[in-house]
Amino acid sequence: MNETQLTNNVTKPIKKPIKISPPLIAMLIAVVLFLLSGLLPAGYSTLQGAIRQGLNILRLASFIAIIGAGQTLVIISGGEGIDLSAAPIVTIGALLTYMIINGQNSLILPVLLLVIAVGAVIGLVNGLGITYLKISPFVMTLVMAGVVQGILILWTKGYYEGKVAPIMTQLIARDLVWGIPGMIFLWVIIGILMTLLLERTRYGKQLFAIGVNRTAARLSGVTVNRMVLFTYVLAGAMAAFSGFLLVGYTQNAGPILGNQYLFPSIIAVAIGGTQMSGGKGSYIGTIAGAIVIQLISSLLTTMQLPQALQQIIYGTLLVIILIIYGREKGLRS
Amino acid sequence: MPDKKNLNLINWIKAFNKKHAVGAPFILLIVSTALFFSLQDTELNLTTIGRLTNSNFRTWLPVLLLTMGQALVLISGGLDLSNGSIVSVGNVILALQITTTDEPWHNLAIVALVIGFGLAAGFLNGFLTVFLGLQPVIVTFATSFIYAGLALLMLPSPGGAIPRDYTNVYRNTQYLGIPISLIILVVFLLIWEFFRYRKYGHFLYAVGGNPTAAYTTGVPVTWVKISTYVLSGFLASLGAITYSLLTGSGFSGSGADMTLPSITGAIIGGISFSGGSGSLLGAVFGGIVLGNIRRIISIIRIDSWAVTLVNALVILFSLATPGLINLLRRKK
Repeated sequence: MNETQLTNNVTKPIKKPIKISPPLIAMLIAVVLFLLSGLLPAGYSTLQGAIRQGLNILRLASFIAIIGAGQTLVIISGGEGIDLSAAPIVTIGALLTYMIINGQNSLILPVLLLVIAVGAVIGLVNGLGITYLKISPFVMTLVMAGVVQGILILWTKGYYEGKVAPIMTQLIARDLVWGIPGMIFLWVIIGILMTLLLERTRYGKQLFAIGVNRTAARLSGVTVNRMVLFTYVLAGAMAAFSGFLLVGYTQNAGPILGNQYLFPSIIAVAIGGTQMSGGKGSYIGTIAGAIVIQLISSLLTTMQLPQALQQIIYGTLLVIILIIYGREKGLRS
Repeated sequence: MPDKKNLNLINWIKAFNKKHAVGAPFILLIVSTALFFSLQDTELNLTTIGRLTNSNFRTWLPVLLLTMGQALVLISGGLDLSNGSIVSVGNVILALQITTTDEPWHNLAIVALVIGFGLAAGFLNGFLTVFLGLQPVIVTFATSFIYAGLALLMLPSPGGAIPRDYTNVYRNTQYLGIPISLIILVVFLLIWEFFRYRKYGHFLYAVGGNPTAAYTTGVPVTWVKISTYVLSGFLASLGAITYSLLTGSGFSGSGADMTLPSITGAIIGGISFSGGSGSLLGAVFGGIVLGNIRRIISIIRIDSWAVTLVNALVILFSLATPGLINLLRRKK
């Protein structure tokens, strides 16, 4: 009796659930959504129209994905990591660029360095509060969002005057070759760099390690606090850099420029299969997620839904994605 | 003889502090209140002190109610980022639906609806985090978006009104010189005091301190955790009612600036992000300290462009202080 059971167990082929990686699922959803959007009255009808529409979606998605880059790192680092201060950091990056460069090509490099430094400093404060003062990342970055917004108000006093440098317009907003805007090339470069950072460097390996289990990572020689600190610095610098790029595209900056990108960028990271509790994820996923969320957003805009309803849909979407990907083990198991 | 009496008093304070863990918040409370009153231009007598106390507590009560809810969630080891948005929804419903005092039953039904919404929203938060095993912070972050969207959908631009007959009751009622807002606060603290040293209170601290240990010793962890979110939603709906009575009008973003202060108050009051410690009384003291600081800032009239920054820095500093003290202690 016992033996037969045993042999039964051995001979029975072990049922493996079919597993497709989340980035792939996101990509598939993106393709389906894109094809569906062609059926809408405002959709495309020719191949050329489809390509134009596709490029447009990609261009808009690129900002979500680039702002989502730092977010991906912070979320992978675990410990409920998130950067809610990304929105005002993007804004401050954009405003610094817009107001200081003021149309002069020669100022691009120094301002770019300044923007990245400012972002890094804000990220450093975030990181210090989270690691050494043990403030919950959500709360810490939310408070920092207020501080940065306050600095913005005090600095600009509600007066926004400036101009983007011509070279930036040329490189970011205009079509570079084959009708593809420069922004998309930049996005590809950033995508490659991010993937290399996560998959091929010591930093990337340690980042996943602290995301899975901080105690285990510490015991195997990772300086956890320094890693977390560095990740927030990196995220701050990247958000500020996104602001630099964003203003090159919009050609105009205001006090809440970055706000509309924060929630989409977090959803993009989640759709891409990056575990909200950390330790698992990829930048490819964020890219795919950004395209999906941009398609959804375009769809909602063409349907002329009020802003409030879009907000509800985004929130619900995040909850649904969390239910699909983000479940933690219960106490019973 | 007087010595002995003095000793008794000190012992009583020591025992009280041990029981409620309110030492530092209490000192801060005294200092900030003293500073607030000393900065007044007007002559301080019983009438002016009564007037200032009333105006302070009726403004603070909504946030203090949220702080109590947040404290419960924090003690159980969670975090509720959606309580402000629940206030927004409640405020919008009240401003749109409350009619004149001729229809008390209708108005009562609307108030019940708002409380019902608070309970339901809290339950949804708890259900998602506990039953589906999702991270509490990100879930309440997502639901805060949903609730805030709901409020915006119902009332795209500020409007609506609460009849003056109702708002006057909240704004100006006093018994023996004690404003009604302070009485409500004390009543809630006493109700909690009743539960704190009974089963529920013990369970709550056990769950926050070590959920695994609590689970193995038979504490219904799931239900305790869900109950904290439900209570937070309930207190947020009461926050919405008191806030609406205070302002007398509706605004879809009314609660947006209440979430962070509710967390900050609890943290100043000695509750930690890791859960299992602190007390509701401490959290309320912390909330009052924060309110005092904000009042003081408005008295010293800083540059209006700097107000946002200063308020944010106050929150940042308040949140950082307990961590800084811990850091210094460990160094020693």
